[in-house]
Formats: sequence, C-alpha cells, structure tokens
Amino acid sequence: MSALALTFIFPLIGFLLLAFGRDHWSEMMARLIGVGSMALSALSALMVGMQFAAQPAIQTAVGPMGHQGWTEHLWTWMRIGDFAPGFNLHLDGLSMTLLGVITGVGFLIHLFASWYMHGEAQYARFFSYMNLFVASMILLVLADNLLLMYLGWEGVGICSYLLIGFYYQERANGRAALKAFTVTRVGDVFLAIGLFLLFRELGTLNMAEIIQRARELDFNSTTTQLIALMLLGGAVGKSAQLPLQTWLADAMAGPTPVSALIHAATMVTAGVYLIARLHPVFLQAPPVHELVGYIGAVTLVIAGICALAQTDIKRVLAYSTMSQLGYMFVALGAGAWSAAIFHLMTHAFFKALLFLASGAVILACHHEQNIMRMGGLRKRIPLVFWSFVVGGGALAALPFLTVGFYSKDAILWESWAADKPFLFWAGLFGAFLTAIYTVRLIAYVFFGPERTEAHGLRGISYQLPLIVLLVLSTGLGALIHPPVAGVLPMSAGERLHESPIRHTIEIGSMIVALAGLAVGALLFMRRRQQTERMAYTPAGSALWVMGNRAFGFDALYDLIFVKPFNAIARLLGRDPVDRTWNIVPGLANLGHRAGTYFQGGGLRGYVASTAFGIVITLMILAAWQLAIMAHVGG
Amino acid sequence: MIPMEHGLIVALLMFIMGFMGLMARRNLIFMLMSLEVMMNAAALAFVVAGSRWVQPDGQVMFILILTLAACEASIGLALVLQMYRRFQHLDVDALRELRG
Repeated sequence: MSALALTFIFPLIGFLLLAFGRDHWSEMMARLIGVGSMALSALSALMVGMQFAAQPAIQTAVGPMGHQGWTEHLWTWMRIGDFAPGFNLHLDGLSMTLLGVITGVGFLIHLFASWYMHGEAQYARFFSYMNLFVASMILLVLADNLLLMYLGWEGVGICSYLLIGFYYQERANGRAALKAFTVTRVGDVFLAIGLFLLFRELGTLNMAEIIQRARELDFNSTTTQLIALMLLGGAVGKSAQLPLQTWLADAMAGPTPVSALIHAATMVTAGVYLIARLHPVFLQAPPVHELVGYIGAVTLVIAGICALAQTDIKRVLAYSTMSQLGYMFVALGAGAWSAAIFHLMTHAFFKALLFLASGAVILACHHEQNIMRMGGLRKRIPLVFWSFVVGGGALAALPFLTVGFYSKDAILWESWAADKPFLFWAGLFGAFLTAIYTVRLIAYVFFGPERTEAHGLRGISYQLPLIVLLVLSTGLGALIHPPVAGVLPMSAGERLHESPIRHTIEIGSMIVALAGLAVGALLFMRRRQQTERMAYTPAGSALWVMGNRAFGFDALYDLIFVKPFNAIARLLGRDPVDRTWNIVPGLANLGHRAGTYFQGGGLRGYVASTAFGIVITLMILAAWQLAIMAHVGG
Repeated sequence: MIPMEHGLIVALLMFIMGFMGLMARRNLIFMLMSLEVMMNAAALAFVVAGSRWVQPDGQVMFILILTLAACEASIGLALVLQMYRRFQHLDVDALRELRG
C-alpha cells in the first residue's frame, strides 16, 4: 500500500474501530485510536511530501517551481459502458498543499480535541466522526475524478452535520445541524447538476481530462456559463458565501475543535479548492468568473460588519471565517489562483489557532461564550492570550510579523493588477473592518476588569497544538510556499512581476491595517464606555441590530423558505389524499352498523322480516304477471 | 260439492292464524305448533286444488307434507328438549346470543 492511500486509510480505520466499538472503548483507548490514526495519517502525508519533493521540478516562467504529480489507480469504482470512474488518487502541487493542511492542522486539532473533550460522555463517538471527516476530506482533495470528489464532498457534509449536532440533547443544536446540512445541500444539488452538464459536454468526469479539454467548451456560451455557475453554486454553499452563508454562524453549535477543523481550516475551503481545480472551466465563462470575485467582495464586507456586532466569541470567529473565505473568492475572481490557495493555507493556520484558543478561553471560563461577560484573562492564560495576539494579528494582516499579511497583501495586489478596482477597494475596506473587530474581540476577552472567575489551564496536548500553530501564524509560516505553480496558471500580478505600484499597494494595505488596529484600540480599549453608549443611540442600535442579525438573511430565508415549507408540511401531515380514501372504509363501517342493527338475534323479528320480504316479492311477481297479461291482452 | 274458493279461504285463514301465532308467541312449543298449523294450511290448499282439477297430485303432496311435518316436529321437539335442559325455560326472546 502506497503512502498516498494510507493518508486516508488510517483515519478510515480509526473511524471504523471507534464507530463499531463506541461505548466499549475507554477514553484512553478512544484517544489513542482517534489521535493515533491522525498521527499516522500525517506521517504518511509527510512521506508523500518527501516523495513529491523528489519528483522533477516543473519549469515555469519564473523559474523551476512545483513538482510533477502522479496518479495512483486503486481500483475501478464502477463501469457503465464507457463511463468507468476509477478509485484513483491524484497528487499534484495543489492537492499536496491541501493534504498537508488537512493532515497537519488536522492532527494538531485532534490532539487539542483530546484535551478539550476530556471527560465528555461519548468521547469515542466524537473521534469517530472526526476521523471520518478527515478521511472524506482527504478523499475530496486527492480524487482524480469529480465523482470521487463528490463522494468526499458529501462525506464532509455529513460529518459536518453530525458534529454540529454533537450535543444533540439540546434542540437548538439539532436545528443548527439541520440548517447547515440543508443549506449546503442546496449548493450540492447545484454542484451535481454542474457535474451532469460537464459530463454531457465533455463525456468525462476525470479532472485532468476536463482541465485539458476545457477549451473544447464553447467560449462564453450559455451552456458553459451554466456549468460554471452550477459549480460556483456548489462552492458557494460549501464555503458559506453569499447567498448561502447563513449556516456557518449557527454551525458554531458544535464543539470548538470541530469549528476549528471543519468550519475554519478545511471543509469550508473545499469550495475554493473546487474553483481553483476547475479554473479552466471558469476561464471559459468570464461573466461567471467575474461573479466569483463579486460574491467574495460583498461577502467579505458584510461578514466583516456582522463580526463587529456579535457577542458570542465563536460567532465573531465564524463571521471572520466567512470574511476570509470572501478574500479567497476575491482572489479566485481576480484570476489569482495561487494567491487564493496561499491564503487558504495561511487562513487554516491562524484561524485554527484562533478557534483552538477560543476553545481554551471557553473552557477556562466554564463554558461561557459571551465576550461581554469575559475580561482580564490576559494574566490567567498567557499562552492563550499570545495565541490570540498572533492569530488575531495574522487575521488583521499585521505587517511583516504575521503570515496573514503576506497572503492578504498578495490578494489585494492581485485584484489591483487584474484591474478589478471594486474587488480591491472592498478588500481594503474589509481589511479595515477585520482589524477593528479583531481588536474588539481581544479587548473584550483579555483586557479590562475580570468579569468571570477563570481558572488556569495545563496539559501538553493543549499547549503543543497552540504553540505549533502560533509559530506557523507568525511570519515564519509565509516561508511555506504552496507548490502550485505547475498546476494553476499565472496570475496578472505574477506576470507583472515587480512593479512600483506593488509597493504603493503594500504600504497602503499596511496603513489600512494599522489604522484599523488603532481605531479598534481607540474604540474598544481607550474609550470603551463611550463606544458602548454609542450603541444605544438610534443610529447605533440600528447598526447593531443589523450586524447582530447578519443583515436579516436568516429572517428572510425563514420567511421565504422555512415558513411556507412548514405550512405545506402541516397541510400534508394531515394527508388530504388519504382522507378521500377514508370514504371507502367509512361506507363499509356504515353498512356494518346497519347490518348488525337487523341482526338483533330475536327469532320473532327474523320471522316477521322474512314474511315481509316474501309479501313484497310476491307482490312484485304478481304485478309483473299482471303487466305481462295486460300487454298480451292489449 | 264445496266450491274451491271456500276451501282456499279456509286454508288462507289457517295460514294467517299460524303465522300470527309464530310471530306473537314467545314460547317455543307454541311456535312449533303454529308452524304445524301453517303447514297443514298449505296441505289443505293442495288437497282442495287436487279435488278441483281431479288430479292425484294434491293427495301426493299432502302425504309429502305430512312426512315433512313429522320430521320437523321430531327435530323441533328435540331442540326444544335440549333448550329446556340448558336454559330451564322456552322463552325465545331471551336467546340472543347470536346478536350481530
């Protein structure tokens, strides 16, 4: 068995062991299987990475970058005529990057989760879902055809559902899980339609073939646009972009490591991966390609405003995830494929760090998630504080020191270089918002007076993941370059190479980020009272409500979809069709009652009715006879 | 010679008498006797008709009905006996076990 296959086989075995053993495993054993299988998977990924690095490099205009990939045929999945999708794993620079993120960050999050979930009932169930998730996610990025990718795509969807609803005893969590599942399913249906259309046009679902033969699609024809639009629909659903973004904030009902792994680092980036992977299709449909960027730009601004008005620590991070995914979409829309993947990777580092740290905060505060009731935690849990500073710095693109600066700056530069001023200005405004809400979050949680009794935290499986992710979130993380040059085409910015305007934009984005941090510090650290008073003025409270309710998308969807659906369900719940058929048994029942009434059991009654019947019969016969005689006589 | 109509009227009256008895009586023995009366009324009608058309069939039917009545009486009396043993009464209205 090759190392490549082992990367997803280990978590799969872990899932099977945990799922079938479930309550028989002690916590210790469940931890060993759950985290151990992830460790083995990460080791296999490391071996794959070394094999990959040993491959000959691809020559590009910039110089040798990236390496040749390879495909491993495991078996043929099914064979229907000419259509024979294989169970093949394909490795190239793009999937190598994602494989590294999934197994590496995934392993750290598993390790952290073993500490975070300590003492929880159903420890084994939690890790079985987590392992299944990782296996599906690896399948998603390694699949060499779209059908297999769709299997992984649905696999991560179901795991997301199961883990959001992990604390299923609470009704709200079940609803959140159902919401996430249903909303992403809408996107998945689009994706499925996109796949069907692609198959109809090209006769294959093999990714390499599609990428090669994408030029055969008619440039900018309706069909091509429809294909791209459907694929975009799938990506939008998975990556929580407008208009299918509403599920992500509610998905925070799951345990915090789940939010870190699924709803920040890996699954939500599947949409970005899909678009980057099938970029030739989007290049054949420029209007849809433009749309990708606009969706990202609008989402990143809206989500940034929403993040400013949240009180739940995890919801702030959820909206910031949405916003950062918006940046990735902006990059995709600007044709900066590798910048999007780079931001995907850095975002996985710093957002996983932020989520794990927020998990630690929540545990330290005895499952308190409201940042209004936190404060002054700086001294209690210094490691978590520094994690937040570095992670938040990366989120706000603190210049040079953090990894977020490099990736976000690249996106801004690319959107400028691609001559998309709207995307550029939206991104810049988003960066400003990001800095403000990051400062707000840190100020509320770590500064000011202590509002809740918090206790210190210890444990190597809590410290190690935070420290590793913390290091990756500093500028050191930017030294890792995704080896995607051979897979994804060059962007406008890369073609321009160095240009004087690049430095102007770099400095501009730096100034914006620093200004945002300064404004945030002014609003939420120096003058917190005044700021909070501002929220009570009419304009302030209107803004607050709008942001807090996420611009009313939930209410709107509730009105358009949920309420009518429930009304129809209630109507059909009474089963009108079945009601009409109830007439038949009703008639039978009536006949039964009439029949039994005459079966009184009294002998004399029977005699009387028999006589009556005979008299009637005789009279009829007599009348008949008379009629015949009259006829004959007449 | 008695006219046929008179004989038939007697038979009809006998039949109605028997039938009224069958419906009105609650005692099983009397019901059985009413049945005999009704059967004899029918037999009388056959005899009258046989003498009117001077045919032997009327007499044949009479003997047949006589046999039938004897069978019916023996079976009926056996039932009455059984019923009396089991219920210690012959009230037919009290027997409603087969009520639907």
